[in-house]
Amino acid sequence: MADPIFIAIAVMTIGSAIVALESRELVYGAIALAISMLGVAGFFLILDSPFVAMFQITVYVGAVAVLVIFTVMLVRTQALFSTTEDKGRKLAGIIFMLIFIGGIGALLLLSGINDPKFGNLQGPVIDFTTIGKQMLTYYAPALIVLALTLAGSVIGALALARREDMEQQNERTY
Amino acid sequence: MSELIDFLIVSLVLVAIGIYGLVVKRNAIRMLFSIEIIANAANLNLIAFSRNLPNAQGQVFALFSIAIAAAEVAVGLGIIIIAYRLYREIDVEEFRSMRG
Repeated sequence: MADPIFIAIAVMTIGSAIVALESRELVYGAIALAISMLGVAGFFLILDSPFVAMFQITVYVGAVAVLVIFTVMLVRTQALFSTTEDKGRKLAGIIFMLIFIGGIGALLLLSGINDPKFGNLQGPVIDFTTIGKQMLTYYAPALIVLALTLAGSVIGALALARREDMEQQNERTY
Repeated sequence: MSELIDFLIVSLVLVAIGIYGLVVKRNAIRMLFSIEIIANAANLNLIAFSRNLPNAQGQVFALFSIAIAAAEVAVGLGIIIIAYRLYREIDVEEFRSMRG
């Protein structure tokens, strides 16, 4: 059976994922999302992959959460309260979610993956030097493409955020 | 000691919450939250199977996936801000046309 640390992190992750979607104020939702991602990083630590856990904390908790909070601040507060929420659709969503969990969960439990000779986590720990070697040899083209994708997305976000009307105004005042 | 199935069930619950958010919520930022939750569940699955096999490729794929998700959030939030500037609203049902 699972150990208490696992259960604590699971409750934190799933609970704050629900809060992220259901909280009334979007700022609290963004903070709850950051806590949920911190919980996933905790799972990575339990699974003996500290490098990915640190990457997760840096990227998600450090960058994405701050970006989301800034966006929430830029959007007018009145627009953040989604008051007109369909009750029937919400109920249907919850029922669909429970059926999904039940169905796939039953499939997982029946698949024999919890057999102790297959589903254990007792193998040798992967050293992060192995990850570094793989990234710089076999996955080097993918790494380059990833760098180009990131650069392209940053340039795209800058182009999206440009305000042409304000630029023209500024030019006129000169 | 935790088993593989525990992590798979947590990941399943996270995916279900994310799908619920995508189906029910109409706020564009909350839909982006849902997408992030689903991406995190996928990463958790990758790492869990990487620990179970054991194989380093799962961790490499998880690193790529996290970087792509960060780029996606940057562009997604940019699009939401543009849409807010055009419509004064972040309710996805109010985005009636894609015309600028």
